[in-house]
Amino acid sequence: MATAAAILSLVTGFPLAWALARGSFRGKALVRAIVVLPLVMPPVVAGVALLAAFGRRGAVGAWLFEWFGVQLTFTTTAAVLAATFVSFPLAVLVLEAGLRGLDARLEDAASTLGASRGYVLRRVTLPLLAPQVAAALVLSWARALGEFGATITFAGNLQGRTQTLPLAVFERLQTDPEAAFALSMLLIAVALAVILALRGRFLR
Amino acid sequence: MTFTVDVTARRDGFRLKASFEAQAGETLALLGPNGSGKSTVVQTVAGIVPPDDGRVLLGDLVLDDVRSGVYVEPRRRPIGVVFQDLLLFPHLSALDNVAFPLRARGATRSEADGRATRLLERLGVAGRAHARPRDLSGGEAQRVALARALVAEPELLLLDEPLSALDVTARLHVRELVRDELARFPGVRVLVTHDPVEAMMLADRLVVLEAGEVTQAGTPEEIRAAPRSRYAADLVGVNAFRGRLEPLEEGTGRIVTGDGAIVVPWPELDLEGDVVGVLRPADVTVSLQPPVGSARNVFRGRVTSVAVEGDRARVRIASTPPLVAEVTHGSLERLGIRDGTIVWASFKAVEVQVLS
Repeated sequence: MATAAAILSLVTGFPLAWALARGSFRGKALVRAIVVLPLVMPPVVAGVALLAAFGRRGAVGAWLFEWFGVQLTFTTTAAVLAATFVSFPLAVLVLEAGLRGLDARLEDAASTLGASRGYVLRRVTLPLLAPQVAAALVLSWARALGEFGATITFAGNLQGRTQTLPLAVFERLQTDPEAAFALSMLLIAVALAVILALRGRFLR
Repeated sequence: MTFTVDVTARRDGFRLKASFEAQAGETLALLGPNGSGKSTVVQTVAGIVPPDDGRVLLGDLVLDDVRSGVYVEPRRRPIGVVFQDLLLFPHLSALDNVAFPLRARGATRSEADGRATRLLERLGVAGRAHARPRDLSGGEAQRVALARALVAEPELLLLDEPLSALDVTARLHVRELVRDELARFPGVRVLVTHDPVEAMMLADRLVVLEAGEVTQAGTPEEIRAAPRSRYAADLVGVNAFRGRLEPLEEGTGRIVTGDGAIVVPWPELDLEGDVVGVLRPADVTVSLQPPVGSARNVFRGRVTSVAVEGDRARVRIASTPPLVAEVTHGSLERLGIRDGTIVWASFKAVEVQVLS
């Protein structure tokens, strides 16, 4: 689930990061502020926002239900959506920084050598951006793995469907404290692994 | 085939108005000081920055025609560019860099690698095919960049300051190589440079670009005969001594021309046949008495012309060999130099650059 959210963050985040790094359009600062917003606001509020948009009576949700009979709330999809919502700003920020650090003249050079835009992206831009793509993936994944507030608000806490690890920890703490401790240790281990994986990239 | 550039472009408050032509089989040097607009010309011709107005034509092919809305994307232009900073792809090996243009155009891996390898062999860097650009020496990287520009057999070869990033020894080697490659390239050759010596050695014709405008165009001889600006005078007014190189004592030699001989430093590179010694006029000292000092080259002669350009003057001296010296206007007054004055001209051997 966290993996799905991380990949989704990356896929949606890349074009946005591209626009922010390379584009010049009105309201760029505003767009960046909106992108960063989910990172700063309380996750529960993010959940409320998602509920307002995709809930049964939400702006998009009502339409989805009416036309396709699709209800997102309290499904795994909703949990993925919630995790993506809070983790994709991280992906955007990391990718944007990477794109800014990239020498755009290399891409110009590639185009004079006969490469199409797609070929430049595949053979030049993305390979040069590999460290940032990896960092964005790992950070988004970690953020998605630890998701609590937005998930419980928007997707609920249904074991096997929408329950994230922190939700499980919170629940077990009341019924089975030992399991809660074990899960917490697992999450700490994961966090440590993430830090080690990114060591030298951000923590030097 | 004629290559025609007639464009205006505006960038960062800078206005470029460039107009020149080049023929297939000739090397045209676009010569200008830093900030003269050379890079903008390169970017416009390559299609990276479209012009604001005007046309770029390559034979029958219209690359840019702003009035009729024609703009050909960089990748569809039959132009091989060697950029000033080379811009080799840092994540690809030398071989993959050279194979890139072929792979981008749909060649199979084996075909692209084969052609790239053959070209690297011709340019003498096949042994470094699997090295990454950061592990290449300046000269090697330059060869790889040249191979990458040539591999797809473009109709126009555009070299932007191909020697400027190299140290003196590498420059000698690469200059030979660039000259050979220019000579065997059948299409239009354009060399962009700020170095007059480089332009003189490699080009058949020069276009002088200053502050975004072409101030003069012609063969080196034509510009030498009548430089139209201070910059043009500076860059073509170098003393050149062509002749046979003979060894003197350790580390020095002399160039014997048909009209006198000069002492020069012995070149680091083995040069074959005739050589050219290049000396800047500003390095020539003029005095009324025989000079006492370390200069190995001392000549006496009559001043045949004095041309004042701003605060400096170019003095032609009919010594053996004949020399051009550049002195300040103050010195000219103080020494009372004018046509017919007998002067001593001197310069140190190390000031002379020896080229093949």
